[in-house]
Amino acid sequence: MNDVKPKTIFEKIWDNHVVKRADGYPDALFIDRHFIHEVTSPQAFDGLKKRGINVFNTLRTTATADHNVPTKDQHLPIKEALSRHQVETLRKNCKDFGIELYDLGHPFQGIVHIIGPELGLTLPGMTIVCGDSHTSTHGAFGNIAFGIGTSEVEQVLATQCILQYKPRTMKIEINGKLGKGVVSKDIILYIISQLTSSGATGYFVEYAGDTIRNLSMEARMTICNMSIEMGARGGLIAPDETTFNYIKGRKFSPQGESFNRKVEEWKKLGTDNGAVYDAVLKFDAADIAPMITYGTNPGMGMRITDRIPTVEELKEISEQTSFKKSLDYMGLEPGSQLIGKAVDYVFIGSCTNARIEDLRLVASMVKGKKKAANVEVWVIPGSKQVEEQARREGLDKVFEAAGFELRSPGCSACLGMNEDKVPAGKYCIATSNRNFEGRQGPKSRTFLASPLSAAAAAITGKVTDVREFV
Amino acid sequence: MSVKEKFGLLRSTAVPLPGENIDTDQIIPARFLKSTTREGFGDNLFRDWRYDNEGKPVKDFVLNSSTYSGKILVAGKNFGCGSSREHAAWAIYDYGFRVVISSFFADIFKNNALNNGLLPIVVSDAYLKKLFRTVQNTPSMEIRVDLEKQKVVVNELEELFDINHYKKTCMINGYDDIDYLLSLNKEIRAFDLTH
Ligand code: SF4
Repeated sequence: MNDVKPKTIFEKIWDNHVVKRADGYPDALFIDRHFIHEVTSPQAFDGLKKRGINVFNTLRTTATADHNVPTKDQHLPIKEALSRHQVETLRKNCKDFGIELYDLGHPFQGIVHIIGPELGLTLPGMTIVCGDSHTSTHGAFGNIAFGIGTSEVEQVLATQCILQYKPRTMKIEINGKLGKGVVSKDIILYIISQLTSSGATGYFVEYAGDTIRNLSMEARMTICNMSIEMGARGGLIAPDETTFNYIKGRKFSPQGESFNRKVEEWKKLGTDNGAVYDAVLKFDAADIAPMITYGTNPGMGMRITDRIPTVEELKEISEQTSFKKSLDYMGLEPGSQLIGKAVDYVFIGSCTNARIEDLRLVASMVKGKKKAANVEVWVIPGSKQVEEQARREGLDKVFEAAGFELRSPGCSACLGMNEDKVPAGKYCIATSNRNFEGRQGPKSRTFLASPLSAAAAAITGKVTDVREFV
Repeated sequence: MSVKEKFGLLRSTAVPLPGENIDTDQIIPARFLKSTTREGFGDNLFRDWRYDNEGKPVKDFVLNSSTYSGKILVAGKNFGCGSSREHAAWAIYDYGFRVVISSFFADIFKNNALNNGLLPIVVSDAYLKKLFRTVQNTPSMEIRVDLEKQKVVVNELEELFDINHYKKTCMINGYDDIDYLLSLNKEIRAFDLTH
């Protein structure tokens, strides 16, 4: 085997899915699994209807309603007419084309990137796409998963393939022990703050190193989830025993002998010794502290106890204008600290941090405590299964006693598309992934942080160093 | 069986939109993504910069100024970062733009634009700066975009740009990726059975 060129995990999976590589064309890449939701699919189905073609293989596509669904009274018809129409259109399209839909009220419904893994639909070695940029989440299982636009959704529905140029590869290695109060969300916010919001554009990232290896599957998903926030096409982590243990026994994962056979295959996926990446970055876990963002893109992050940079401290002069605009929007002063800053809302949810471990983390922090009077706290589970599990474990009681509201699953205040919006000018500390202007509602102001930091802020009513609590 | 407009030679004035990292939530905020068709998104392009809380046009926002118009949008670095919503490309196209020039685009946005007849042109930082200056000093100045020759020209200032050959052919002829993929049907069927 010595003459075989060593490959990265990314290259192995990619090469394994190329149906056709022709001169002058991008690769035609076969897609094993396709997830769809109500917002980015209607125009794709329209395209199929116009062309008079069917879905290529209905078994490879799974649908759910998540982006604009209400998180209260989900059993009632959706109040807002346009949202209702979009969900109804998804229902109709799934019925017409024969696609499995986990609709509101279904025990498997939830945020698309949360239900894939928990149902065992997301597996190592696969190619996975969805009309949503945070599809990178699935990469935590050691697969190639990336977000696509609606035209590409149509391509995949029609042909189970997508035309793509192979991106470059980047390895991000993190070694060492994490400090007190530091969780996976802090790792990824830290990396993005170092790389900026465009630092990994054009790359597919592999996360490696012992810090990553020691993380649970759910924590790994949080990291891969935010790969897109530094511009990366996707992010993945080679599968290991942690991965296999997570997958074992899930609803749609391979069972029995077939599972064992698959595990043997998956074990071979890891990057070969001597494989070459286009870029390699290394970080030390000891440098990472609880993080928070202060600006209007996820690259504008800092250690929670740091000062916001001053205009003069910026490396690139060309960034000064957008920097000032961003801080104006946030109502913050350059050079000031965020610690102690009062917040109005706490949002615990989204495909980044709404899995059961996240809810447990929050509950462990708030148990026996009460939220501050000035904040409203929303806890939105990532899926129906997460919600049920939380109730079984009595987390709902902990939240209730603390004055938190545990609602039903959906994207909720992550994107201000449904009823859950942060009012203009208000500050929200959020466990989601984007702090863009207006992301959580027109003129809303977002601080991104970990579930622990969000929980701490809920209790004190202000931005708080979680290390004071743990 | 193409469904798209073909991209020929384009001559137009331009609209300058400096500022880096303009994300898809600015281009088209999520609450306007509820349509189930591709049309009509132009009305809400840059909605929250264009209109105030009462829905009145914001005077100094460039799309509301009578000074600038045209089919070319000149934008700051890392344009289109954020979500995969193709609605961002639809909104820009629907508003009437056919070209966006910047020194850097987010990946998914670039793909989405190319899939919808909107040409994203990457120029050097230096050229972008000059372009901003030229357009701001002389809003009536025409810019020429020659996709065939992969060239932007304004006022003697010329810059060549990269575009991959396949996408260029698609843009010029109005082809769709799907046409090519459909032609591979047999190979894909065989692949599907073994994977
Ligand atoms: S939770 Fe937010 S980021 Fe995740 S899929 Fe929903 S809208 Fe997108």
